[in-house]
Amino acid sequence: MGFENNEKALSYWRENLRLVLGLLAVWFVVSYGCGILFADVLNNIHFMGFKLGFWFAQQGSIYVFVALIFIYAFKANALDKKYNVHED
Amino acid sequence: MDVQALTFLIVGLSFALYIGIAIWSRAGSTKEFYVAGGGVPPVMNGMATAADWMSAASFISMAGIISFVGYDGSVYLMGWTGGYVLLALCIAPYLRKFGKFTVPDFIGERYYSQTARVVAVVCAIFICFTYIAGQMRGVGVVFSRFLEVDVNTGVYIGMAVVFFYAVLGGMKGITYTQVAQYCVLIFAFMVPAIFISVMMTGHVLPQIGFGSTVLDAAGNDTGVYLLQKLDGLSTQLGFNEYTEGAKSTIDVFAITAALMVGTAGLPHVIVRFFTVPKVKDARTSTGWALVFIAILYTTVPALSVFSRVNMIETINGADGQGVAHATAPSWIKNWEQTGLIKWNDKNGDGKMFYGKGKIDDSSTNEMKIDNDIIVLATPEIAGLPAWVIALVAAGGLAAALSTSAGLLLVISTSVSHDLLKKNFMPDISDKKELMFARISAAIGIVIAGYFGVNPPGFVAAVVAFAFGLAAASLFPAIIMGIFSKSMNKEGAIAGMVLGLGFTASYIIYFKFVNPAANVPANWLFGISPEGIGLIGMVINFVVATVVSKMTAAVPDDVQQMVESIRFPKGADSAHSH
Repeated sequence: MGFENNEKALSYWRENLRLVLGLLAVWFVVSYGCGILFADVLNNIHFMGFKLGFWFAQQGSIYVFVALIFIYAFKANALDKKYNVHED
Repeated sequence: MDVQALTFLIVGLSFALYIGIAIWSRAGSTKEFYVAGGGVPPVMNGMATAADWMSAASFISMAGIISFVGYDGSVYLMGWTGGYVLLALCIAPYLRKFGKFTVPDFIGERYYSQTARVVAVVCAIFICFTYIAGQMRGVGVVFSRFLEVDVNTGVYIGMAVVFFYAVLGGMKGITYTQVAQYCVLIFAFMVPAIFISVMMTGHVLPQIGFGSTVLDAAGNDTGVYLLQKLDGLSTQLGFNEYTEGAKSTIDVFAITAALMVGTAGLPHVIVRFFTVPKVKDARTSTGWALVFIAILYTTVPALSVFSRVNMIETINGADGQGVAHATAPSWIKNWEQTGLIKWNDKNGDGKMFYGKGKIDDSSTNEMKIDNDIIVLATPEIAGLPAWVIALVAAGGLAAALSTSAGLLLVISTSVSHDLLKKNFMPDISDKKELMFARISAAIGIVIAGYFGVNPPGFVAAVVAFAFGLAAASLFPAIIMGIFSKSMNKEGAIAGMVLGLGFTASYIIYFKFVNPAANVPANWLFGISPEGIGLIGMVINFVVATVVSKMTAAVPDDVQQMVESIRFPKGADSAHSH
C-alpha cells in the first residue's frame, strides 16, 4: 500500500476524480456543446472570418483538448506529490 | 531532374532512413519487442504515437472529405482528437501503472478470466486487420500515382519495407522509425498548405489564413472573408452553405462520440503508453501525441477550404460560367489521366462546369472529382516546385507505413503473448516467444499484403466497424476495470459480448445485408451505422452493471490490484511476466 492509511487513499482518489470530472466537463462543453449542440446559436457570432460554432467544431475544440491534457498532467503530478505517492 | 526521378530519390532516401533506424534499434528480448523495453522518452513517444495514429486516410483523404462536406466533416476532426483526452485522463496512466504488455493482458487479469482475455484478443485482432487492409492499399496507390509502378508491385515493396523493420525491430524499431516518419509526413503536409495559404490570404499560418480575407491575383486585399466567399459559392452552385451541416444534430453528436470513444479503445494506440518509463510520462506523452496530431488536424480544415475555393474557381472561372477545357491548367489534365478527375461535356459547349449533382445525371454538373485529389494535387494547384510533389508522395507513404507497422505489432503481440504464452503454451521461453512474435508479424504482413492486392470492396464501410467495435467492447471494459472495484468477470464479459453483438449486427445489417434501407428514416434514434458504437457502449455499461449486481463479488486480490493501479508510486518499468 502506498498510502499512510485508508482515509488518505480515499481522499486522494476523490480529489483525482474531481479533477478528471471537472476537465471532462470542459471537454464536453467545448466539443459537444459549442461545436455541435449550440453551434447554430454560436454561428450568429463572428470572430475574424469564422462563424463561432464552426470555428469551435473545426479548430477551437482541438486547441482546448491539448490544453486539457497538459493541465491534467500538471495537476495530477502535483496531487501525487501532495499525497506522497509519486514515483521516485 | 524531372518529378518522377525526384520522387524516386526522395522516397528511396526515406526508406533507407527507416531501414537504417531498424538495424540500429533491433529488439533483443520480448520486452523490447512488445514495449520497446519501456524506455521511450515521452516527447518521442508522443511523436511516434502521432505517426502511428495518422494513417493514409488522415494524410491523403481527410482534407478531401471535409472539402466536400464542410461542417459535417467536423465529426472526424473532433472525433479523432477528442479521444486523446479520454485516453490521458481515464486510461493511459492507470494502464501504465498496471505495467503489462497488451490490452488483453489487462482485461484478462482484471477480470480474472481467460474467456475475457480471449474476447479482448478477438476484438483487437479484428480491429487491426480491418485497419491494415486500407493502409497497404494506400501504399500501393501512392506508388502507382507518383512512381508509375503497378499498384501490386507497390504493395509488395511496402510489405518488404514494413517486414524488415517491424519483424526485426518490434516496438523498439517501430517507435524510432515512426519518429522519423512523423517528421517526413508533417513536413510534407505543411509545406504545400503554408504556400497555398500565403498565396490566397497572405497569412503564413493556414489556421489563421482560412479565417481571413482573400487576396486577388495581384495580391491586393479584396476585403471579402474566405469562408463567406465559399458559403456564397456553395449556395450558388446548389450545395449547402459550407459552414452549415446537412447531417442531423443527433447523428453528428453520435458519430463524434463513437469516434472519440473508439479512439480511446483502439489497442494500437493504448499499447503506446506501455512504452514510457513512468506513469508521469504516460500523462505528458498523451499530451505530446495530441500536440503533434493537432498540427495536422488543425491544418486540414484550412487546406479543405483553400482547395475547394481554388477548385471551384479553376473549373467554373471567375464569372462562374465555366472554363474552356482546352485552356484548363495542366494539373486538371494530369489527374484526368489517372481517372481521379473526370469531365463529361453534357451541354457540348467545350467548357467545364462544377455544381451539385452527379457527372452522369441531368444536373448541370460535368465534373467528377475524387476526394484524394485535394491533398495530392495541392502542390500542382499552387504551382509549387517538383520536389514538393515528391515530398507529398514520401509523406503519404510514411503515413501508411507507420500505421501498418503499429497495427502489425498489436496483431503479433496478441498471437504470441496473449494466445500462445498466456493460453496454449505457458511454458515457452522468452526466446521462443520472441520467435513466435516475429513469425506472427510476418504472417500478419502476408495477410495484410493479400488484402492490399485484392482489396475487399468494403474497406470504407469497415472503418465504421473498427471504431464502433472498439467503442462498444474494449473501451467500457477498460474504464469499468479501472473506475469500478465491483465490476466482476460475468458483468464485463456479458457487457462486451452484448455491446459488440448489437453494434456489429446494426452495422452489418445496414452496410451489407440491406444497404438500400440505410437512410435516416430507418435508423434507431436517427443514428447512422457510423455513430451506433455510442449506443453499443451504453448497452455495454448498462448490461455489465446489471449482471455484476446479480453475480459473485470480485475476489479480494483483484480489488487490491485495482487499488494499486490508481496511484503511481511503485510503478515498475513494464515488467517481463
